[in-house]
Amino acid sequence: MNPAFSILFFTTLSGTGFGLWCWLGLRIAAHPPLSPYEGIGWAIGLLLGMALVGTGVLASLLHLGKPLRVWRAFSQWRSAWMSREGVLSVAALAAALATLALLGLHGPPVALRLAAALLSLLSIAAVACTAMIYASLKPIPAWRHRLVVPGYLGFALVGGLLPFWPCIAVTPPVARTLGIALVLGGVVLAALKLRYWRDLDRTALPFTAGDAVGLPGRDVSVFERPHTETNYLLREMGFVLARKHASKLRRIALALFALVPILCAAIAWWQPATAIPAMAAGAIAFQLGALVERWLFFAEAKHLVTLYY
Amino acid sequence: MTMLPPPSKKKLGLVIDLDTCVGCHACAVSCKQWNAEAAGPDVDSYGDAPSGVWFNRVHSYEVAPQVLLPPGDGARRADEGKMSGCSAGGPTLTPGPSTGGRGETQPAMTLHFPRSCLHCETPACVTVCPTGASFKRAEDGIVLVDDAKCIGCKLCSWACPYGAREYSEATGTMKKCTLCVDRIHDPRLPESDRKPACVQACPTGARHFGDLGDPDSAVSKLVADRGGVALMPELGYAPVNRYLPPRPRRAGEAPDAHASPQEETLDTAQLPPLLRWLDRVLSR
Repeated sequence: MNPAFSILFFTTLSGTGFGLWCWLGLRIAAHPPLSPYEGIGWAIGLLLGMALVGTGVLASLLHLGKPLRVWRAFSQWRSAWMSREGVLSVAALAAALATLALLGLHGPPVALRLAAALLSLLSIAAVACTAMIYASLKPIPAWRHRLVVPGYLGFALVGGLLPFWPCIAVTPPVARTLGIALVLGGVVLAALKLRYWRDLDRTALPFTAGDAVGLPGRDVSVFERPHTETNYLLREMGFVLARKHASKLRRIALALFALVPILCAAIAWWQPATAIPAMAAGAIAFQLGALVERWLFFAEAKHLVTLYY
Repeated sequence: MTMLPPPSKKKLGLVIDLDTCVGCHACAVSCKQWNAEAAGPDVDSYGDAPSGVWFNRVHSYEVAPQVLLPPGDGARRADEGKMSGCSAGGPTLTPGPSTGGRGETQPAMTLHFPRSCLHCETPACVTVCPTGASFKRAEDGIVLVDDAKCIGCKLCSWACPYGAREYSEATGTMKKCTLCVDRIHDPRLPESDRKPACVQACPTGARHFGDLGDPDSAVSKLVADRGGVALMPELGYAPVNRYLPPRPRRAGEAPDAHASPQEETLDTAQLPPLLRWLDRVLSR
């Protein structure tokens, strides 16, 4: 599949934004602020989430042929995952705005905690819908793997954990918990992707060219292509990535989204004075790593229509 | 509405005869001409890299010979000439009388394969559409794109394993075979012309159009007669179009090649006297 940068930026940026909202929502719903400044940190976090999700959504509009009609995309939530994703994203944004308003206006704590809990739920549901868009496509067998949805959720949650750190009051026990969560998250994500890549390498397409043309069991090979020039199908679905480039990129992705953030967390733990620059570096490395991973997610997925070519 | 309508009795579709198709592309060209407006203009038509939407594309394949092993080995199939180890294994055999002879060995052949929308009964391309632009008609089952609603997100083309949908760069929307819905129901056309352009253009009569939901229709009978197949039915999209597989070829030598030619017999008692005399003279 052609890895369109509009989609890559959308899923990684919005994913991190929703992850941040998820953690913030949980924190706000769980306990009142530990200091007057923490409320400001929460507000900044909510706005940062809006910036991330908003930028991602804007990027996704670049993928559309007719972006001005995108309002129509909310209508088919009964059947289409893409529609559900849109509806839940807007709902999460509404919850974020409500939480922000209640914070700023010092609204009743019950309402604030409810809005925050909703924000958390809607954010993670929006990420799940994004993942289901891909996981529900049978013609792309690689995406039917059971680790695809957990992968998207994992990247959102771990990615959201990094900017979450500066938005809350960090006492030593909180720092310890967050540090462990980050290291665990990095390890789990790495293991998840390694398993997915291993299964991808070992699994052939479930159909042959013979099946595709209605002659199962026969050995069918291309004699003449249907057109001399390329076409939309070849451009969108015929993307081929060399095996040696894939392995190199996988290692780069792992280093950036797992190794570097874990190292940064370790450095911040060992030298608390370097916490802010270390975690910022970790966050940037993670986003870049997520981008590479997402690129591979598309580039290494074969569409069944390639059987005809 | 991207929710699928309840299944209709009428299932209009095409039947494509892979045995008769010669790969002339007349169907592809006539479709392109008839749908010139619907498919949208091509990009860079006369330049270095022309690109555009075709609803129907004709592939050409080479099919390797297929050898049936004798029934004693559990009737496994081995594809001759296949280099990879992914067949059931077993030695390569040459076709001929020793392998069972006529009917059991299929020779190599060229296969021409026109590929267009199969107007599936439960198409994923309809349910994944977020705007409702992709829909299936309740009255006859034709799957269409509402060009006014389509946002060009391309998800329907990802959802189709048969490559039926293409994105038009010129219009920014998705395009696909309409089953010539503007021809088949057009009262201004003579009755005999109310069929898809591709069906009308095919010079070998390899394309047929009709109601595959009606078991007594000509197309349904054709499918039953020739053992028409749906493509990759395991995916669960229930394609309506059917492909008729090539008929089994004779293979190896002719069945009576080794038999001695039949002796000619002449019953001289039946001949008139003149010819009987001639036979005696010529037999000396």
